[in-house]
Amino acid sequence: MIPVAKELGSLRAIASGGITSPTGNPELSPEKEKQFRRELVLRALQTLQQEV
Amino acid sequence: MIRVVHYLNQFFAQIGAEEKGDVAPSVKAGPVGPGRALQQALGDNGEVVATIFCGDNFFAERQDQAIDELIRHLGEYQPDLLIAGPAFESGRYGVACGAICQAALQRLGIPAVAGMDEDNVGAGLNRKNIYIVNSGATIARMVPALQRMAALGVKLARREAIGKPMDEGYLPRGVKRNEFAAKPPAERAVDMLLAKLRGEEFHSEIAPPKFAGGKPAAPLRDLKSALIALVTDGGLVIEGNPDKIEPGRPTRFTTIPISGVNSLDADKFDAVHSGYDTAFANQDPNRLVPLDTMRELAREGVIGKLHEFVHSTGGAHAAVENAVQIGRQIAGRLKAAGVTGVILTST
Repeated sequence: MIPVAKELGSLRAIASGGITSPTGNPELSPEKEKQFRRELVLRALQTLQQEV
Repeated sequence: MIRVVHYLNQFFAQIGAEEKGDVAPSVKAGPVGPGRALQQALGDNGEVVATIFCGDNFFAERQDQAIDELIRHLGEYQPDLLIAGPAFESGRYGVACGAICQAALQRLGIPAVAGMDEDNVGAGLNRKNIYIVNSGATIARMVPALQRMAALGVKLARREAIGKPMDEGYLPRGVKRNEFAAKPPAERAVDMLLAKLRGEEFHSEIAPPKFAGGKPAAPLRDLKSALIALVTDGGLVIEGNPDKIEPGRPTRFTTIPISGVNSLDADKFDAVHSGYDTAFANQDPNRLVPLDTMRELAREGVIGKLHEFVHSTGGAHAAVENAVQIGRQIAGRLKAAGVTGVILTST
C-alpha cells in the first residue's frame, strides 16, 4: 500500500507487517514478533528523521 | 465473438469475506457472481470465458506475485478484453483492479476496463493509464456499472474510437485532444460564470485536483528530545468502544489515554473496523498500535517521551471530506500538546 500512501501525500511511509497486523506477525514466536516490531518501529523513527 | 476475462476479489468470486482476504490468485472457467450480469450486458458481442480472482490482502501484500500469477492465467485464455470489478469504494480491491488492468495492457497488449468509485484510491493511482468506469460507491449500481464497462470494453476490443469521458462514462484520463469550439475561451468562461450565477448546471473544462496534499513536515532532528504520538486508522478502541467510533465510513475518532499502560492487553482493548479481519489485532492489540515497543524505547532513552494519548479511527470507506476533517482535528490536538513526531499505523 506504499504507492497509495505516497499518492495521497504521505511521503514518509514504510511497509508494515501486513494489513491485519501492521506492527506484528502472528506467524512468529512471541519473542521474535517483539523483535520484528522493535525493528519496524525503529525504522519508522528513522524515517521521521529523513528529508522527503 | 469477443473473448472476455473478468477479474474479481475473493468476496465477489464467492470464496469468502475478509477472513479469506489472503486467498492466492486463481482462475475459474466461465462467469462467476457479477460475471453473469457482465455476460448479460455483453449479449451476443462477447463471452466471459474465465474469471480470475485474488484475495484483497494477498494482492496488497504481494502485488508483484499476484500480478504475475493472474497474468499467467489471463494469457492462457487468450482474451480480447479484461474487465475488472467493479470495486465500488473498496480501496484494496480498487487498487488491485487498476493494477491488473494496467499489467494486462502493458504485458499482453489486452485492452482493459476497470470499474470503481471515482473517490476510490485505485482510481487516483491508475486513471491516467487505463479506462476506469465510475461505478459509484455502492453495490446498488452493479448492473448499470457493468453495462457501461461492457459497452466501453467492446469498443476497445474492436479498436473503435473512444469518445469523451463524459459521454462514455469513464473517468477523465488527463488526455487532451484538439477540437474546434464555437466560441473563444473568454466567452465560454463568461457563459460558465453566468450559468453559475443563475444556479444552472455547467461543466468546467479543467478538472481540479482532488487531493491537494499537504507539505511534509521538516525531518525530526533529535529523537532523544522528541515527543512521539501513536495514531491509527485501524480502529483501536477501549474494550466496549465507549466513544462509539464507527467500524467504517468514519465521522469521528476516539482519544485513548495510555498513561500508566505499558502494553495493550487483549482484554482491555479491541479493534473495531469493517475493512479487515481484526482477529490478529484483537489477540494482541500491540500488533495494531506498537505501545509495548514505544514504552521500551522511551525507557531506554531512544526517544524523549511518548505522548500519553492514542488517537484512533476506523478508516474503512472513509469519505475524503470526513477523513480530512478527522486528520485535521487529530493533528491540531497533537500540535497543541507539543508532539514532534507521529507514527501512524494503517490497516
